[in-house]
Amino acid sequence: MTESLPHVPLGSAPATNFPALSLRGLTKRFGAKTAVNAINLDVPAGSFYGLVGPNGAGKTTSLSMATGLMRPDAGTAQVLGVDVWRHPLEAKRLMGILPDGVRLFDRLSGEQLVTYAGLLRGMDKETVASRVKDLLEALDLAKDAGTLVVDYSAGMTKKIALASALIHAPKLLVLDEPFESVDPVSSANIRDLLTDYVASGGTVIVSSHVMDLVQRMCDHVAVIAGGNVLAAGTVESVRDGMSLEEKFVELVGGRHQAGGLQWLRTS
Amino acid sequence: MVAHLLSLKITLLRNSLKRSPWQLVGLIFAGLYGLGILGISLVGLAVLGTADPELIRTVVTLAGAALILGWLIIPVLASGLDMTLEPARFVTFAIPEKSMLVGLALASFIGIPGIITLIVSVGTAVAWWQSPAIALVAVPCGILAALTCILASRAITAASTSLASSRRFKDVSGILLVIPLILMGPIIGTISAGMRDFSEFLPALGATVAWTPLGAIWAVPADLASGHLVSAGAKFLIALATMAVLAWIWKTSLARALVTPAFAGSLKRTGGKLGFFARFPGTPTGAVAARSLTYWIRDPRYSASLVIAPLLPLIFVFVAGQNGGLATMGNVVGFAASFAAFMVAWSISSDVSYDSTAFALHLATGVSGRADRTGRVIAAGLLALSLGVVYASVGAALADNWSSWPAMIGLVLVAAGAGLGLASVFSSRFTLNVPLPGESPLKSKPGNNFFSVLVQLVGFAGAGILTVPVVALVVIGAVVNQPVFSWLALAAGIILGCAYLLLGIRLGAAQYERRAPELLQAVSADR
Repeated sequence: MTESLPHVPLGSAPATNFPALSLRGLTKRFGAKTAVNAINLDVPAGSFYGLVGPNGAGKTTSLSMATGLMRPDAGTAQVLGVDVWRHPLEAKRLMGILPDGVRLFDRLSGEQLVTYAGLLRGMDKETVASRVKDLLEALDLAKDAGTLVVDYSAGMTKKIALASALIHAPKLLVLDEPFESVDPVSSANIRDLLTDYVASGGTVIVSSHVMDLVQRMCDHVAVIAGGNVLAAGTVESVRDGMSLEEKFVELVGGRHQAGGLQWLRTS
Repeated sequence: MVAHLLSLKITLLRNSLKRSPWQLVGLIFAGLYGLGILGISLVGLAVLGTADPELIRTVVTLAGAALILGWLIIPVLASGLDMTLEPARFVTFAIPEKSMLVGLALASFIGIPGIITLIVSVGTAVAWWQSPAIALVAVPCGILAALTCILASRAITAASTSLASSRRFKDVSGILLVIPLILMGPIIGTISAGMRDFSEFLPALGATVAWTPLGAIWAVPADLASGHLVSAGAKFLIALATMAVLAWIWKTSLARALVTPAFAGSLKRTGGKLGFFARFPGTPTGAVAARSLTYWIRDPRYSASLVIAPLLPLIFVFVAGQNGGLATMGNVVGFAASFAAFMVAWSISSDVSYDSTAFALHLATGVSGRADRTGRVIAAGLLALSLGVVYASVGAALADNWSSWPAMIGLVLVAAGAGLGLASVFSSRFTLNVPLPGESPLKSKPGNNFFSVLVQLVGFAGAGILTVPVVALVVIGAVVNQPVFSWLALAAGIILGCAYLLLGIRLGAAQYERRAPELLQAVSADR
């Protein structure tokens, strides 16, 4: 982890000196339960960052607070040096978000939805139109561009949401479970697209349950469980010679060593 | 297994109450409403008991047939009906068919409509308090009748599952069902007016219906009472056969539904049609307006209110215009135009709730409160004003009362302005428990309605107060009969309407900037 950052006013330094995302003491409580417990995390600019953790670990809550969707009880989140909660507009301009478990305006056609996302960001019509076309091509959705999103399959819905997050060419992409129910071919296409994006200087944060995918795709990883960051750094340093999955299980625990369910054996 | 299904239904009901105290308040109100219906029915039946068996038969048969018909029709159109124990959810459990059918049928009685139906059906025995032996027969008949209701609704839902799961069918049927509900008052009024002429016709109708599957079971006690043993027996057989057929339909369609995936018709369509997005300016405000307008047309929850609002002035016509001529009717339509405009404008008070978690997109893109509020207001305002102006003009034309036209328009403007302004503030403050995207517009969530109704009433009252100046001018104008007041009302309508609108947008936008993340949390909780 890097040192705590000095607060520099917007525009007085090149944004690349800052981490793409920097969380400090971010906390969220729901009643008596602490969902996110004062986490600190730095996502270096230009990294492909994986966020892994068991169900209910606080991944989605952390990402929601980091992206301005959920107000934290305490702590700060900065995107390329811009405080998300103090300067939400500037911060949101830098970010593209794919939240998990939220609806889309699904009575719009796929084309209309992505156009809507672009126009809401204040982009002009011509740029939006040409980018919408490119995005739909790249995500294999061109044939269904005029279909209402409500009639899309789960995987297509994920892809159209991803297109909505990409339309304004953000510096940082925050994707919560982007590969869920996406077919292998589209999934590979999305991975290529994201790898290109990182190669061109962008930063991607993905949360996922699939360790193999994170190990292959990401260069950095953080393990979150019970609202705490258990490990963070480059994938190599975190997995420490083991596979990421083995390391994850070691960190998080919860594996049963016993013989399992005796009565389930068929012979 | 049957006991398990019953206890599952009770547990689901109990857990839904635990979610919030408003749920309980809602259930209590629904319960009181049910008890009211129950009380009225039972008292009515007891009073009916003093009449002769012929009259009892006519009334019980016709009302009973209507009850079964209701259970048959409503589930198809209101896809939002209670489907907590949807058969599809048990697909993976391999429950023996027979236990499942019995369990689901009995579980249908748990819930207010089921219980009320059962008690009222059995309560038909009360009508026979003068001849206890007949009353004794009426009890099992009542139970069978209630079962028939449940079987009918189950059979029809199972049979129409594949149809009802098509989105388009759901959308359209949901809206169509709204129309008779809104016009219920006038329809009942017309029918009851006509009823007096039908007093000879009804017994004949009752006698006929008694031989149909809908009425047979209800007529059995009456036939026994008047000594027609054979016809009583025949009707009882008809009733049993009806139940058997319904059960069979239910069983076979259920068996088919469980192995056939739901049909969801959709065509692949390539892009190029941006609809309203191509018409509105390419700004955030324009985009919100285009999106909202698209929703007004495509989302049945919005289109339903677009269907209801134009019907409102017609209800006033029914109430006021029946004894007046064309002139009265025209004036009523013209002045009621402001109600229609207000209803459309006020619809956006639940806009954020209707967005549900899709609202996250507005938050993620950082769209300004002003653009968000203004866009929604433009869409609803366009519709409200067109509707209001058309009705006011048609009304003025019908009454040939063009001197009142400026006053009518003034009322429309102030009503729309007040509605839009208030709704802009309300929807950035309160989220209501509304049907989720894709659900039937008629679906009412158990509970929380009490709070929603409270918010609505406050909004109505607020709009009422805000329109007082213009209403006063119109009234004064009517009393002193000076056309100049009509023009004054128009001027006041323009000025006040714009003022309310701008103030509402400003306050709503400021509130949005402060509370947008909290709004998203609130709609996420309602999910």
